[in-house]
Amino acid sequence: MNIAVCVKQIPDPATPYQLDDDNHWVIRPEDQVLDDTDRSGVEIALQLAEATEGTVTLYSMSPSGTLQGIRQALAMGADKAVLIDDPSLKGADALTTAKVLAAAMQKEGFDLVVAGTESTDGYTGVMPQMMSQLLDVPCLSFARKVDAADGTITIERQTADGYDVVTAPIPALVTVTAGIEPRYPTFKGIMQAKSKPVTTFTAAELGVENTPGQVIRAVTPVPSRAAGEIVEDDGEAYVKIVELLEQRKVV
Amino acid sequence: MTTWVFAYTDNGTAPEAALELLTKARELSDPKVFLVGKASDQALVAFGNHGASEVHTLDTGDTLPSGPAAVALAGLVADADAVLFGAGNTDRDVAGRVAAILDRPVVSNALDVASGDEITVSSEILGGTLGVTTTVTASRPALVVTRPKAFAAAPTGGGQAIGVPVAGPDAGRATRAVVAEHHVEASEGPSLEAAKVIVSGGRGLGSADKFELMDQLARLLGGAVGGTRAVVDAGWVPYSYQVGQTGKTVKPDVYIACGISGAMQHLVGMKGSSTIIAINKDPDAPIFAVADLGIVGDVHKVVPQLIEALASRP
Repeated sequence: MNIAVCVKQIPDPATPYQLDDDNHWVIRPEDQVLDDTDRSGVEIALQLAEATEGTVTLYSMSPSGTLQGIRQALAMGADKAVLIDDPSLKGADALTTAKVLAAAMQKEGFDLVVAGTESTDGYTGVMPQMMSQLLDVPCLSFARKVDAADGTITIERQTADGYDVVTAPIPALVTVTAGIEPRYPTFKGIMQAKSKPVTTFTAAELGVENTPGQVIRAVTPVPSRAAGEIVEDDGEAYVKIVELLEQRKVV
Repeated sequence: MTTWVFAYTDNGTAPEAALELLTKARELSDPKVFLVGKASDQALVAFGNHGASEVHTLDTGDTLPSGPAAVALAGLVADADAVLFGAGNTDRDVAGRVAAILDRPVVSNALDVASGDEITVSSEILGGTLGVTTTVTASRPALVVTRPKAFAAAPTGGGQAIGVPVAGPDAGRATRAVVAEHHVEASEGPSLEAAKVIVSGGRGLGSADKFELMDQLARLLGGAVGGTRAVVDAGWVPYSYQVGQTGKTVKPDVYIACGISGAMQHLVGMKGSSTIIAINKDPDAPIFAVADLGIVGDVHKVVPQLIEALASRP
């Protein structure tokens, strides 16, 4: 099975994010990392590829920079990557991103698309669904378990009070929630990742134009919570918790 | 002009989230509901009582709803001002597909929506640290996905809405997806969304069996147990426990964070709690920045002491 996985390079979430003054877009450094939420998707894709003797291709729209995040996903075991790096795509919204990634996948071919449910930095949470419509495939979303056999994909889809078992023939798109422990790259994997092929496309090569349909008018800091009391445990700190629970009338 | 509200029901009732959206929608223009599922009379009464004149209903049977629902909804809303979606999984699936069909952007994580010459949406980004005002410049309808509990539902006293059946459209290959089985996972105690107290564990607990401490503490407080993405990824607790950006958004009276560092993706799901208590051995953990009471200490010592103190109370 030919599996396409959406991955995103994002500024390291451990560092404070900054917005540019003109457009209020996140400033993206040269060094970006693999979005943690994509690791589950890469893991599922690798497991399905192993079970079906398939291949795993990463798809990402981002400035090429150091490619650190892409290499992290290649080091987990993905075979190759397709990168769309084009200055005209700066500030692209979810729909433009979906058009770009879908066009690249159509060009390269796929049986199954795997994506996370939402990115850590932008979290619009609708990009994979947009892709599914553009690719004319079912969107098996919010999967906590994915199986593939005889050209049929079966997932456990999270619902408000449990889960549904949903099936569809390929081609299809799956979005995966957390709950799937991603593998750690091996030393061999890290070394091999450096020489795995990365194909690049421009927006024009894919026939997509960045046409923003929304404009950020204002950005204001949200007032932070008032500072609380921080105490070092001296063996009696639990008493403070009991007192606060009493004040709040929960005991 | 019309503002549409998307609703999904699997038991014929009107979901509370849709009544919340309807309360906002009638502020913007004439509100109508697009309901996926079966509409009971009770649902039509509830929708009518919250301002809807019409409820257009599509029953997708065993087909996964998002594909056909998106095609049908896109066909109805071409002249509308806006379409409001909740934060539910099916809401998001349909919103994304409608956007691709109509070639319109989606504004996500909305906390408020205002209508004037343009539709303006208020939201928060970067883990809820920055408030953002976004104007939709594309042609209408504006497609807006809202955060959980962004609006309060208020009835208008209106009569029962008219149910309008919608014919199943041709939705291409998306209709090949079938819902084969439904499973309800029973859990004891209150749900995370309804609990007044939540006891949440993170990686700092060290191992899966230590979640027993969270269960004990939650039981003593009549609360629910939650967890971070890291412990869900590690398989210590199911995804239904996950609090955070990719999990549940909770606003309990008291949130007790045990061995949780406070990653941005976790904070966004719980910083609306009235009181936050954090126990963590790292004094620099970001969780302490939002805590009303922060204990710098070992969860394996403090939590058992707390459990013993609460259990021995008369």
